Amino acid sequence: MTTTEQRAPAYAAESVASRRAGRNTWTGRLMTLTLYAIAIVTGIAFSLPFFWTISSSLKPITEIYLFPPTLWPQEIRWENYRDVFTIAPFARFIWNTVVVTGLAMLGQILSAAAVAYGFSRFRFPGRDTLFFVVLSTMMLPWQVTIVPTFLLFRYLGWINTFLPLIVPSFFGGGAFYIFLLRQFFMTIPRDLDEAAKLDGASSVRIFWNIVLPLSKAALATVAIFSFIQHWNEFIGPLIFLNSTEKFTLSIGLRYFVSNPFESDEPREAILMAASLIVALPPLALFFMAQKYFVQGIVTTGLKG
Amino acid sequence: MKKSWFGTPLQRREALEGYLWISPWVIGFLVFSLGPIIASFYLSFTQYKIGGTPIWIGLENYQEAFFRDKLFWPSLGRTAYYSVVTVFVGVFLSLLAAMLLNQNLRGRSVFRAMYYLPSLTPVVAMAILWAWLLQPQVGLVNYLLYQVGIDGPGWLTSRQWAIPSIILISLWSSIGGGRMIIFLAGLQGVPKEMYESAEIDGANAVQRFFHITLPLISPVILFNLILGVIGSFSVFSLAYVATDGGPNYATWFFMLHLYYNAFSYFQMGYASALAWIFFVIIFILSYLQIKLSDRWVYYEFA
Repeated sequence: MTTTEQRAPAYAAESVASRRAGRNTWTGRLMTLTLYAIAIVTGIAFSLPFFWTISSSLKPITEIYLFPPTLWPQEIRWENYRDVFTIAPFARFIWNTVVVTGLAMLGQILSAAAVAYGFSRFRFPGRDTLFFVVLSTMMLPWQVTIVPTFLLFRYLGWINTFLPLIVPSFFGGGAFYIFLLRQFFMTIPRDLDEAAKLDGASSVRIFWNIVLPLSKAALATVAIFSFIQHWNEFIGPLIFLNSTEKFTLSIGLRYFVSNPFESDEPREAILMAASLIVALPPLALFFMAQKYFVQGIVTTGLKG
Repeated sequence: MKKSWFGTPLQRREALEGYLWISPWVIGFLVFSLGPIIASFYLSFTQYKIGGTPIWIGLENYQEAFFRDKLFWPSLGRTAYYSVVTVFVGVFLSLLAAMLLNQNLRGRSVFRAMYYLPSLTPVVAMAILWAWLLQPQVGLVNYLLYQVGIDGPGWLTSRQWAIPSIILISLWSSIGGGRMIIFLAGLQGVPKEMYESAEIDGANAVQRFFHITLPLISPVILFNLILGVIGSFSVFSLAYVATDGGPNYATWFFMLHLYYNAFSYFQMGYASALAWIFFVIIFILSYLQIKLSDRWVYYEFA
């Protein structure tokens, strides 16, 4: 949240709260206390699984099957994190995921921005109808189109390559991102590009040198959402990839679970370590860019 | 927006440029949305195995689904059960969470982060993590239940508890996610003056909620309900990773049925018929929600 946004409601809430408090201090305090109690208990419920995963990922195998379980390992075993890389081609999975995520993100940002620019700056017959179609594709679950899409990629010889996971991102980049960016572009004063147009700038130049630099915040929002979407993507890799060296983390992890390796020893701790490594980049990104997450949606006024 | 095709040359030029800018989306829409929908409609009337040619069999696939496929109706029923619970409970709890975080609490951004984290966790990691938490013998959940004297169930390994377990995991991951943030945005869009004046008129918290908050955020509720139904009907990854449809088909949801028919049995024609049935169901459900919304959604500028 930006500070300006926070200040106004905080002030309003304070004045109401103080008036309420003046009327009935005791119930007012009890209310606040209850709210905090609920917030803390539910907060713990949401984070407990993470705590449990971290704790399990550091346990030796002998401790992981203890009952009653120990909340924190008595003896910390960091080697579990090393074993993640020796037991499966995990570094390879990470690299594959980075390549796919990076390229898909690039395509998504560029093409969503270009399309949003087209919808926000040009008048053409059927524009509003087409934009309505863009929005209604949000309601189309992509599993519905998966069979013909698979057949298409198979026909093109793209199965077991990264192309099916990357190329579609370059074609529009998804309705939600187009919508988000269009809303943002509409807030950029048109006088700016009118002036540039009079100076003879082409629409490509205006897009690249005026609109995009002014939209860094919105583009960052799209980039973050896009990163998380592709990093976490599961169905695409599951359907389009079939050899181990092509696997991304999301299916590499599964492979890791369902295929018992040579030893019959339980590997739950290593599995927990691996899942944490997979979950870490999106979580870290969230902490670094927290304000964009909420702001991105709040400022575009996505409230129907 | 009424524009003639025969505008001034300048207008024609602007239109042409506009089409060029949106052309990536137009091509993408034709190739990855509209084309596949039409193709799956055609394929749904054929018998098609990969490598061969589609053989026209008319309504055979649909008859197979409705009358002969023993997994069809149960998978649809299971999906509906899962969907009803996750959508109603999920939307309700997300709204409550958003209202809580909309209060003037200290450390609000910490709470917001705690609620949001689960929805950022990749589905596989999430499924693995919960399978471990719900492990019947040494899982944390049953241990905590044991502490309060309850003998916990087998969760994902029990026929009876498998769907409730999936519901639990999915609620955990979605309550504090995008849906809560959209509610939060909606709540922050309600003008504070309305609460103030209502309070001066003597409205208590409950009255303020039902007469101000609820009507003003009703469009957001509708939006979340529609996307919630679509999302929950498409449940796949979580069940695929956590239970793979088991135990004994207990979590064999509609999307798993479609997936296995398409990519394990390579019955592309039959899978297309399933996809089309799914498409029609989603369409009808969304249409009904929008139609019924006239009765309860309040539009400020309507």
